[in-house]
Amino acid sequence: MMETGSEPLLEVHELDAFYGPAQALFNVSFKLARGEAVALVGRNGAGKTTTLKAIMGLIERRSRMSRYAGTDIRTSPTHRIARLGLGYVPEERRIFTDLTVAENLEVGRLPARSHRPPWTTTRLYKIFPNLGEMAGRSAGSMSGGEQQMLSIARTLMGNPDAVLLDEPSEGLAPLIVEQMAQAIVAMKNDGIAVLLSEQNLDFAASIVDRALSIETGAITFDGPIADLMQTRRHT
Amino acid sequence: MARAICWSVWSSMSFSFVIAQILNGLASASSLFIVASGLTIVFGVTRIVNFAHGSLYMLGAYFAVTLMTPLLDVSRSFPMFVLGLICAALLTGVLGIALEVLLLRRVYKSPELLQLLITFGLVLVIQDLVIRIWGPLEILGPRAPGLRGAVSIAGVQVPSYDLFLIAMGPLVFGLIWLVLARTRFGILVRAATQDREMVAALGVNQSILFTGALFLGAALAGLGGALQIPRAAASPQMDIAVLTDAFVVTVIGGMGSVPGAALAALIIGQLNAFGIVVFPKSTLVLVFLLMAAVLIVRPYGLLGRAEPLSLRVVTPEGFTAIAPTSAPTWRWCGVLIAALTILPWAVDAYAQKIAIEILIFALAAFALAFLIGNGGLVSFGHAAYFGIGAYAAGLAVKKLGFGMETALLLAPLAGAGAAALFGVFIVRLSGIYLAMLTLAVAQIVYAVAVQWVELTGGDNGIVGVWPARWASSRITYYYLTLVLCSAGIFLLHRVLHAPFGYALRGARDSAVRADAIGLDVVKLRWLAFTLAGAATGLAGGLYAFSKGSIDPTLLAIPQSVDFLAMLLMGGIQHIAGALVGSTALHTLKVIALPLTDMWRMLLGVMIIAIVLLTPQGLVGGGLRLFRRSTRGGASA
Amino acid sequence: MIARPLLSVDRLTKAFGGVVAARDVSFEVGRGELVALIGPNGAGKSTTFNMVGGQLEPDRGSVMLDGTAITGLAPRAIWRLGAGRTFQIAQTFVSMTAVENVQMALQSAQNMSFNLWRSAHALHRDAAIGLLRSVGLADSADRPVATLAYGDIKRVELAIALAGAPKLLLMDEPTAGMSRGERHDLMVLVGALARDLGLGVLFTEHDMDAVFGHASRVLVLVRGEIVARGTPAEVQADALVQRIYLGKSGTLAAAEAGRSRGTS
Repeated sequence: MMETGSEPLLEVHELDAFYGPAQALFNVSFKLARGEAVALVGRNGAGKTTTLKAIMGLIERRSRMSRYAGTDIRTSPTHRIARLGLGYVPEERRIFTDLTVAENLEVGRLPARSHRPPWTTTRLYKIFPNLGEMAGRSAGSMSGGEQQMLSIARTLMGNPDAVLLDEPSEGLAPLIVEQMAQAIVAMKNDGIAVLLSEQNLDFAASIVDRALSIETGAITFDGPIADLMQTRRHT
Repeated sequence: MARAICWSVWSSMSFSFVIAQILNGLASASSLFIVASGLTIVFGVTRIVNFAHGSLYMLGAYFAVTLMTPLLDVSRSFPMFVLGLICAALLTGVLGIALEVLLLRRVYKSPELLQLLITFGLVLVIQDLVIRIWGPLEILGPRAPGLRGAVSIAGVQVPSYDLFLIAMGPLVFGLIWLVLARTRFGILVRAATQDREMVAALGVNQSILFTGALFLGAALAGLGGALQIPRAAASPQMDIAVLTDAFVVTVIGGMGSVPGAALAALIIGQLNAFGIVVFPKSTLVLVFLLMAAVLIVRPYGLLGRAEPLSLRVVTPEGFTAIAPTSAPTWRWCGVLIAALTILPWAVDAYAQKIAIEILIFALAAFALAFLIGNGGLVSFGHAAYFGIGAYAAGLAVKKLGFGMETALLLAPLAGAGAAALFGVFIVRLSGIYLAMLTLAVAQIVYAVAVQWVELTGGDNGIVGVWPARWASSRITYYYLTLVLCSAGIFLLHRVLHAPFGYALRGARDSAVRADAIGLDVVKLRWLAFTLAGAATGLAGGLYAFSKGSIDPTLLAIPQSVDFLAMLLMGGIQHIAGALVGSTALHTLKVIALPLTDMWRMLLGVMIIAIVLLTPQGLVGGGLRLFRRSTRGGASA
Repeated sequence: MIARPLLSVDRLTKAFGGVVAARDVSFEVGRGELVALIGPNGAGKSTTFNMVGGQLEPDRGSVMLDGTAITGLAPRAIWRLGAGRTFQIAQTFVSMTAVENVQMALQSAQNMSFNLWRSAHALHRDAAIGLLRSVGLADSADRPVATLAYGDIKRVELAIALAGAPKLLLMDEPTAGMSRGERHDLMVLVGALARDLGLGVLFTEHDMDAVFGHASRVLVLVRGEIVARGTPAEVQADALVQRIYLGKSGTLAAAEAGRSRGTS
């Protein structure tokens, strides 16, 4: 629906990634359209986190083609990729616990680049009321769920057109996981494309329609998530 | 009784003396804070302890000395003096930028040891450059116009310049606070202090941030140096001296904490001012006691915070795996020993002397590899135990009248004793804190050796430390050295393969896991430190008799750097690295020293080049070449 | 009923700068029992866990292990009294092989770790391989742990913990970072070990399968206090637990886990 033309927002072709001498990804290829939400599912150690980190340039990577919003990002440094409008929410949240909640958001602030209304702290505090109440408090004093919210809000401050979300439900209580799903759906409804790395198929199915399955560093499935769940049930 | 002494000391101090010392202490606190704050900011953002910080301080002083004269010629006024200070600070700041862009940027992802070594390489390079440009002698700077006199406070004549310095501390503190708390740059700096990678993933160009932090840190170092010139002359030795001070302040205050640096500077300033009354010779000892006390109560300094208990798994820099020594390896060892046995008959007297030195350094370097490679204990003060062994041997012969045999028994005991004593404090820390504390301890030992003239002979040292009659021929002494050094290396090697060596390496890999299987990590490290101290002390004792004399350079920082450079050159991941490295480096030094008066610079450039180009050293590189050639074309 | 419980935690309390992380937490773990400690993030699970394991010293209260007071002892002392521990992020000796990791623990258990002379390579190697076999890893004994899959590294950690012949296993999120299949296998293994060796197991976990499919009893911690306790079925049916912790999907998952337990 949000797709404009045939040009995908993010396109990765034959992506390899390395931890030192060890190769962790093999020929990973996929596309993500504007406004689309896709899940990247697989076992732990299959290469989900590695894929996201490789796209962001956080680890050593090589690819035939990697484009984001029409720009070649094969060798771009991390900060430049982020500035193109590709947000990243890491697995371990990685909020700045020494800074206040408001300062955390300030670190994520980048100028708006799309037609959408820019994200402001006011707007974010409406979606995440907890954060508004704690704006002046140290981020380190927040609970795990609140830190995960802050991590997402901080990335939204960069006004991204797409967000790579790495296992947002990991290590959270079931009730918080439900809230997390709602927040991600809200992002999607705002027109932000989402690539969601997830082990929990049920959680992913509540958010996305399409899924990529990754096993030992290679994509093994690309299609509707319902089909993937079907095959999983049968095996 | 201690109380009575205190009272008598206090009552001997008049009120005006107390005022004078307080102000004196405040002035020195200001200077200490300005230098230390720069070090702590750079560490916070880059996680690198910049050993070249003292060199930047020295350059700031030289820049000020050079700039002040023409500036004050224009107008002999206070504003011109301030302009000179600012120019010196900015110029040093620009050098900081160059340092970041050309060197540090390449090692942010390297292991800590290599980061420390590369900045130390720079210390050596800058020292020789300064001597080349400004000459080896001290240069006196002009005094500040308008601040030459003294002001009377409560009946005490206080130099106006001291009051100016006292004002500068809070002023600089306020400015740093404003920048860090109120600007976007400051928020980003604090964020990057915690998680650089995440800051980049949020679209912030870290390079600019790091460059900015280096500019700020270097400018503060330069300002600190420039502010000193009306009080003390600029000299090529001021870098290491101020580095120790800055280390002590940042360690006591807490690494990365600017308020901590301020608090520690205030305490140390007063301690120095009043410590003179109690301990007129060396207040360094008092400062060390303070540091020891603080670190026992708060291992991360007064306002520093413990690094969050990291469960993240990182491959440690050091021995990667230790397999049982294979039969071919033992055979090669046999061949080597045989070759070393016939060596003295094949070479001249000079080469015999060099061979003795190499054997001694091999033992000391192997002990350091035992600590760093197997234990993860990065000691930057290894020469202290080498020197203590040498002094113990020398004093045993000259002052106590013992023979060489007893002296060579006392040398390892003294090395072990000193390591056991200092180790109590040192092994409670880890990583960079441990490295800084070892260096500070070594500096204190050095200061004692220089200042306790009655015992140590001061800078002149002790002469006439000759071997016993039976060992007085060079060949006999060579065999004595060969036997003792081989035995030392063999014993340490044995320990590496024993449960203790494994446990020590395990504690390096994961201290949390070691604790959870019942291992007392602190005790393990303390014993390792003591054993290494014993082996190094023995090496020092052998060295004393081979030279016939001892002087404080044996326990000075350059000697510690030599040992580290040996490990670096040989390769820290392999047990044989220290042996290959000590042979290679000492041979090179012997060849190069007569050819150049800039050995320090050569060594510094070499250290930087190895870190940047072949951080695995000769053994690591050689093994890789060997594997590549044996594997041939068959690619897996 | 056993007269004396293996682990007895009595009114443990800990505050961090005015914030109470655990208040009057009391519970017991018996031999052969798997007790799960669950609750929202920040509820005090880790705090409680670390007070039992010795990583934190409680402000008040006591911990008894098999009749011995271990309150406030160092982790290494608690290990010697019979508590093996695994971590949320596996902690192993990365420069060593799997079997060397276990040998280290055996050597420590025999008070040999300060031996400077004996060769360590073969010392307790057979016993270590035996322990690796009990966790299904005998074939990987001589592989460096750094090259093992994460699920296997967690098994090595379990073998290390067993090397001290513990009476109690403390497992902090034992299945974190594992796939669904690996999670199931590990919990089955732990259950079997507990039964066969008569070990008590205390574990924290977020995975509903692990908790409701494998625990003997469940403790629910919210804001530092135990708000519910009982069998998995009782806890899953508790309205308060459903409201403040499980939520809708968690309740469903817990129910499903409980059912599959009945059938398997």
